[in-house]
Amino acid sequence: MSAAADTPVLELSGIEKSFGAVSVLRGVDLCVRRGEVHALLGENGAGKSTLMRILLGAERADKGSMMLCGRPYAPDGPGDARVAGVVMVPQERTLCPDLTVLENVVLGLEPTAAGFVRRREARAIAERALGLVTEVGRRIPLDVRAKHLGVADQQLVEIARALAQGGAADEHGRKGMAARVLILDEPTSSLGHDDAARLFTRVHALKAAGLSIILVTHFLGDVRAHADRYTVLRDGKVRGEGDPKTTPAERIVTEMLGRELSDSRDVTHVGGYRGTEPIDEAGAEVLLEVDALGGRERPRKASFVLRRGEVLGIAGLVGSGRTELLRLIAGLDDKAHGTVKVHARKGVGLLSEDRGGEGLMLRRSIADNVTLSRRGPFVWKPKEILAEGGRWIQELAVKAAGPWQEVGELSGGNQQKVQIARLLREDYDVLLVDEPTRGIDVASKAQVLSLVRELARKGKGIVLVSSQLDELISTCDTIAILRRGELGPPIPAAEWTEEKLLLEVSS
Amino acid sequence: MMLSTSSGPRRPAWLGPLIAVVVVYAIFAALTPDTFLRTQNLLTMARQTVVVAICALGMTMVIITGGIDLSAGSLVALTTVVVAWMLQSGAPPAVAVAVALAVAAAVGAVIGTLVGKLRMMPFVVTLGAMTVLRGAAKGLAKEQKIDCETKGLETLLSADVSAPGLWITLALAILVALMLGYTRFGRHVFAVGSNEAAARLCGIDPARVKLLVYTLSSFLFGVAGVMELSTLTVGDPTDSIGLELDVIAAVVIGGAPLAGGDGSVVGAVLGALLMTVIKTGAVHNGMPSWTQEIVTGAIIVLAVAIDRARHGKGRR
Ligand SMILES: Nc1ncnc2c1ncn2[C@@H]1O[C@H](COP(=O)(O)OP(=O)(O)OP(=O)(O)O)[C@@H](O)[C@H]1O
Ligand SMILES: [Mg+2]
Repeated sequence: MSAAADTPVLELSGIEKSFGAVSVLRGVDLCVRRGEVHALLGENGAGKSTLMRILLGAERADKGSMMLCGRPYAPDGPGDARVAGVVMVPQERTLCPDLTVLENVVLGLEPTAAGFVRRREARAIAERALGLVTEVGRRIPLDVRAKHLGVADQQLVEIARALAQGGAADEHGRKGMAARVLILDEPTSSLGHDDAARLFTRVHALKAAGLSIILVTHFLGDVRAHADRYTVLRDGKVRGEGDPKTTPAERIVTEMLGRELSDSRDVTHVGGYRGTEPIDEAGAEVLLEVDALGGRERPRKASFVLRRGEVLGIAGLVGSGRTELLRLIAGLDDKAHGTVKVHARKGVGLLSEDRGGEGLMLRRSIADNVTLSRRGPFVWKPKEILAEGGRWIQELAVKAAGPWQEVGELSGGNQQKVQIARLLREDYDVLLVDEPTRGIDVASKAQVLSLVRELARKGKGIVLVSSQLDELISTCDTIAILRRGELGPPIPAAEWTEEKLLLEVSS
Repeated sequence: MMLSTSSGPRRPAWLGPLIAVVVVYAIFAALTPDTFLRTQNLLTMARQTVVVAICALGMTMVIITGGIDLSAGSLVALTTVVVAWMLQSGAPPAVAVAVALAVAAAVGAVIGTLVGKLRMMPFVVTLGAMTVLRGAAKGLAKEQKIDCETKGLETLLSADVSAPGLWITLALAILVALMLGYTRFGRHVFAVGSNEAAARLCGIDPARVKLLVYTLSSFLFGVAGVMELSTLTVGDPTDSIGLELDVIAAVVIGGAPLAGGDGSVVGAVLGALLMTVIKTGAVHNGMPSWTQEIVTGAIIVLAVAIDRARHGKGRR
């Protein structure tokens, strides 16, 4: 290794940022070397995404300076950053829903002749970029509008777009446009196991080509497997740095939380939920009966019975029809055949995997979101709504300035908590939860999962969809496999191991 | 998660309006074959569509960005007044037209700045502009029509196939369609209307895109104003009141959702044509004008309803 390999590509020093009275970053130093994968860790609301947006020029730091390749760097906007070689896949979806996949990938870098887009060349760029992130056989169609893709496919398109913007999809590499820094803000939070694995293969290849990658994630396993160094943010400051391969995971977690992850640890890591009160198969009241249910495309056939106090896990690859199944049960989509019988008096609630799109009103306050309901008094005083919002902020430890804060201003994980709060407040009998821990930090993850258990204990029926197999095994009573649209029989969680589940799911 | 069955690649948005125009035309042609089928009648309908169609070109761009422009009618009136006023004070027609178009484009630049840079609501900005421009037209014309020598401008929409106005409209439509469909700028117009944050992330400056869109669309409203003058042969500050609603209707019939992100120039022109066909057909059949208004209104709603039904299938 020459000395050049160790020289920092990117150096941030003393970055400060506040939104109004809330100070989010209070003097952050970060140093990213050439050709390394640098993990940026921290709790929900720690300021990771904010720091990345500053790097991208989408947000301006109040104080502090940045150096890129030894030169002062102060991007005026994402366009500027891109020219300087900094590109990002942001945490929240940012595709243009009405443009096709192709148009999205080449957006902003359309090859033109006299202003006219050269279609063939654009297609070639898009194909190469998508080829980098998808495997042969699972192609994402180029001419479909982005809004018709599932969340995972959209995520892959976004990654492809960032790679294309970084010049990775060029035949020769565009002049002066080779990316130096690629920021991935929770890239795998909506990907299945295989897609995530493929993404990391790609990350290693890019790294080998000299690109520096900043990886923001809540998956410590990924960090240990793929990152060369890590930095922990807490309360706006750097609280830890080092090599994740040699630092014990407990230490990193402590750095993130500022305390040890004690009680909740058991909940996430024991293999198989063995509750003290096994559900009484015959006795417990049936809440939901699903019989030979099928949608327009997926799922093709699903049958199960959900009883009071039961958590039914559904494991399946992204694209196997998990989300569609929940939507059918909730009555959000029209079913093609089969029946759904709901015996629950208080109805069925759905936690959407698409929180920005349909889960939340991003432009409204936390209180408005939490209290959005079909029921409720005819006249509702704003003060009471705020109080109610405030109560839930406390309940779920949402990191926010107050109940009046716009949900769109919250960090991704805290948005997820708001969505959960609304569902809890409504007190449904049956809860359909789709990837409830997406984008939330270690401590909150454990909190949400024990909440699911707690709700079941109180007599709710819960259907849990998750790509995190350990999560399913530790939380559910029974787990059913959804494979190519067909739901298998529920099998007690205690009989599963992660390996067995993974094998079953992907076979 | 493949949900793409029903929609697949883009279907042409103008297919619906095209079918509608053909069907409505066929009905009227069957009712009054001797008058409705004449070339003369076709030409008349084309001439009557010109103003709305040219405005619809601009409005399509605006609506694709998720905006709206309520000042189209006022700007058309103002243009007729400016041209007439210039002609009256002795300017050659080319100069008069050039000045009027420059005024229109400048108005668009102001609207575009307010909407883009200052991030104001297009509805509010153009609602204000609608009144301001109407007032300006009346002031310039001293609250009356301006008579003038049209010095050849009246031949723009003469009653035969060689009328330059028709060909100008066609050329503009092709230009705008090409621009939206095939240029980088066109892509950016769709991107801004579809997801502004995403566009910004890709290095596009939405403010600049909007500035250009409103400037171009107002320029087109100016061109429509010149065409209007050619038929009126006077500058009339009270002309074209409510024109913007016809224009918006044409764009909507053409398949553009008011939420932005989508739209078709060909569809909008067909939408404009459809409304003319209904009007003319009603007259030919001696139907009272109120029936024609009901039919037009119903068709607007129907067009959107059909569009909805096709898109929203399955997903609620
Ligand atoms: N535009 C804004 N206005 C007000 N507050 C904001 C704004 N953007 C971010 N914040 C606040 O800044 C804090 C940090 O947010 P950020 O998104 O950077 O967190 P994060 O570390 O990425 O968390 P997560 O893991 O949940 O994604 C949050 O408390 C959030 O509420
Ligand atoms: Mg974040």
